[in-house]
Amino acid sequence: MAKTKNETKVDGERELTFGGVWNYAPSPEGIDHFTIPKRCELFVGGEWIKPKTGEYFATVDPATEAVLSEVALAGDKDVDAAVKAAQKAFVGWRKLSGEDRARYLFRIARILLERQREFACLETLDNGKPIKETRDVDIPLAAQHFFYHAGWADKLELLFPGQSPEPLGVVGQVIPWNFPLLMAAWKIAPALAAGNTVVLKPAETSPLTALRLCEVFQQAGLPPGVVNVITGDGKTGAALVRHPGLAKVAFTGSTEVGKEIQRAVAGRSVELTLELGGKAAHLVFEDAALDQAVEGVVRGIFFNQGHVCCAGSRLLVQESVHELFVDKLRRRMARIRVGNPMDKNTDMGAIHSAAQLARIRELVGDGQASGCELYQPKCELPKKGYWFAPSMFTGVTMSHRIAREEIFGPVLSVLTFRTPEEAVEKANNTAYGLSAGIWTDKGARILWLAERMKAGVVWNNTFNRFDAASPFGGFKESGFGREGGRQGMRGYVRLQGGLLPG
Amino acid sequence: MAALSPTEFRVSPVDAVALETRAADLGTRSIKKASKVAGLQLAIRMMDLTTLEGMDTAGKVRQLCQKAMRPLPSRADVPSCAAVCVYPDLVPIAVDALRGSTVQVASVATGFPAGRTDRATKLREVELAVAAGATEIDMVIDRGAFLSGRYGEVFDEIGAVKAACGAAHLKVILETGELKTYDNIRRACRIALLGGADFLKTSTGKVTPASTPPVVLLMLEMVRDWFLETGHMVGVKAAGGIRTGKDALKYLVLVAETCGDRWLSPQWFRFGASALLTDVCMQLEKERTGRYQRATDFSAD
Repeated sequence: MAKTKNETKVDGERELTFGGVWNYAPSPEGIDHFTIPKRCELFVGGEWIKPKTGEYFATVDPATEAVLSEVALAGDKDVDAAVKAAQKAFVGWRKLSGEDRARYLFRIARILLERQREFACLETLDNGKPIKETRDVDIPLAAQHFFYHAGWADKLELLFPGQSPEPLGVVGQVIPWNFPLLMAAWKIAPALAAGNTVVLKPAETSPLTALRLCEVFQQAGLPPGVVNVITGDGKTGAALVRHPGLAKVAFTGSTEVGKEIQRAVAGRSVELTLELGGKAAHLVFEDAALDQAVEGVVRGIFFNQGHVCCAGSRLLVQESVHELFVDKLRRRMARIRVGNPMDKNTDMGAIHSAAQLARIRELVGDGQASGCELYQPKCELPKKGYWFAPSMFTGVTMSHRIAREEIFGPVLSVLTFRTPEEAVEKANNTAYGLSAGIWTDKGARILWLAERMKAGVVWNNTFNRFDAASPFGGFKESGFGREGGRQGMRGYVRLQGGLLPG
Repeated sequence: MAALSPTEFRVSPVDAVALETRAADLGTRSIKKASKVAGLQLAIRMMDLTTLEGMDTAGKVRQLCQKAMRPLPSRADVPSCAAVCVYPDLVPIAVDALRGSTVQVASVATGFPAGRTDRATKLREVELAVAAGATEIDMVIDRGAFLSGRYGEVFDEIGAVKAACGAAHLKVILETGELKTYDNIRRACRIALLGGADFLKTSTGKVTPASTPPVVLLMLEMVRDWFLETGHMVGVKAAGGIRTGKDALKYLVLVAETCGDRWLSPQWFRFGASALLTDVCMQLEKERTGRYQRATDFSAD
């Protein structure tokens, strides 16, 4: 770490210091209110079954590297059993009235909220993200998705008038490790609302909350086989998307895997939606509310350790305020509390896995080697576990790898622009197109920019805000299809008639 | 001084939603055990114990002074308040009652709370309060002038009051509840900073809303940036509507995470409150003994 800059430019006499007078005592969330089973089986046909492979793999707490549980490794036969269970359940589930399906979804949402604390703790342990986020974002939003989609279950005819919406059949869903429960909810809720049945494959490194969600399904009395959860590695996912019994594949994850899946479903009568990577730009104009923009940029890149496909990883600042804004960011970054994810005052937790940490280190090393200036605030990182300090590169250009490739970690690349036209050109100069952020006080400029951004979500004077009613999805290599809102429901129905464009 | 145009008090905009989000986010900090005790004790040391009522009497002020010096008579580890804040005519009583203690005497002035009187009367009031022994003056800005865009007048008046204060510290009350928008508050802060304020103060306590976390966050950002710009430190006083120890701790979190160590002292951050002290004492006793005490165990002054 040769070119690391630890101090801000202003001299000590006129600099701020933090944490020297009044410190927060540790405030860890208790974990004695629930237990994690030593071994987790597959959830198929409403029952917990042992994998036919006889194999299990460990899932660890990224903050401590302690093994949390052993999880079943599903092979081809297990995948087949899960798809068959979903096919069997589809016969009854599609015949249920929308009102009855809604009842189940409402029940799931309510139970999830009742067990909110347990889910938040488990998610934090298995994923490494701070309890503050699982408590205030992940779990409430997951419940909101069930509530929201419950509302559509009996109103499909209103959503697609005159087009006789029908469910597709069995949906294979493969989800990532960055928002394990939330992604499960995003996928399962609309599928069930539309009358489909599901085989879900959670990420290898974060399977515990999706498995616990099956307990909620049991508690809610969801008919067996309507949702099946199979755990495993990449091979399990590959077996699932190749299974001929699927009517649709929905995937959230890396662009690389997304392309493989697209190849796997080519030539088959299988619908596909992909929600892939991103390299979102934040555009900060000189007339913006700068202090609030700083908060937004921090939220944009350091939320969930930067493990967010729509993370605002490229900051484009108008040259006239570049120095001021970067100074503000440095001071703000110095106050990010990195450490024990279970502590209620922790702002940034652990990097999710050793593999991801290696990827972040590799790209950060490349940024340094190619002459960009790295700033990391002083922060004591725990000895065990996977950790990376909040990082900011200045002096970045569009030709640097760190401005082009998705790092998927707490690393911000700062670039500059001179005119709105240049800002748009740079923002769109990427293979991705998932999200963008605009920071300006001028209403007309907001609209002018939003029109020109090639991104699925454009946030104005905020960032990383999610709502079940708001469609989410990308352009270009960020994938296709939308999740959430009416547009998200379109991905789970087959339409006839076609009075309106689908 | 020639009248100054609005452009001279231009400030960058505030995004209300994001400001309130940040204040609410900092409000979720979990302050427990040792940090809670230290925070509550600091809150007492930062407190301007206040009585500003038509029914104030010498007796009432003496009671308040006693409480400010020894908030919990049985506990030596509970510190004194920063100041007692009264109307100008009661300054001599407070000066007399607080003699020999560390507690300062603050006086409101300049036609508090509305400020609707002429400049000469305002300045005379300040002079009288200072002559009577007040070491801190809490003035109100002319909101009428501000809201009609006569920013230069507001600026001039602050400068004149500052001159009349002499060695006394000047706290400039913006009455944020009447300025309404965060952009207005930001501009009023700028005017007060340029005018020579030693402290920016939110409210008189006579208008609702009084102090709120987003407003105080905004003011802290202003004094922080002023310090980085000029090297000159200015304090912030959150006044009105702060009733519980829990609220006070939330404000301390705003200070700790916006301005940092330098401002975590009675010299640079104050609470203006009348009911807050009793709850803070109650919380401290709860932390010490592990249970809540009866309300009657605390002085009702």
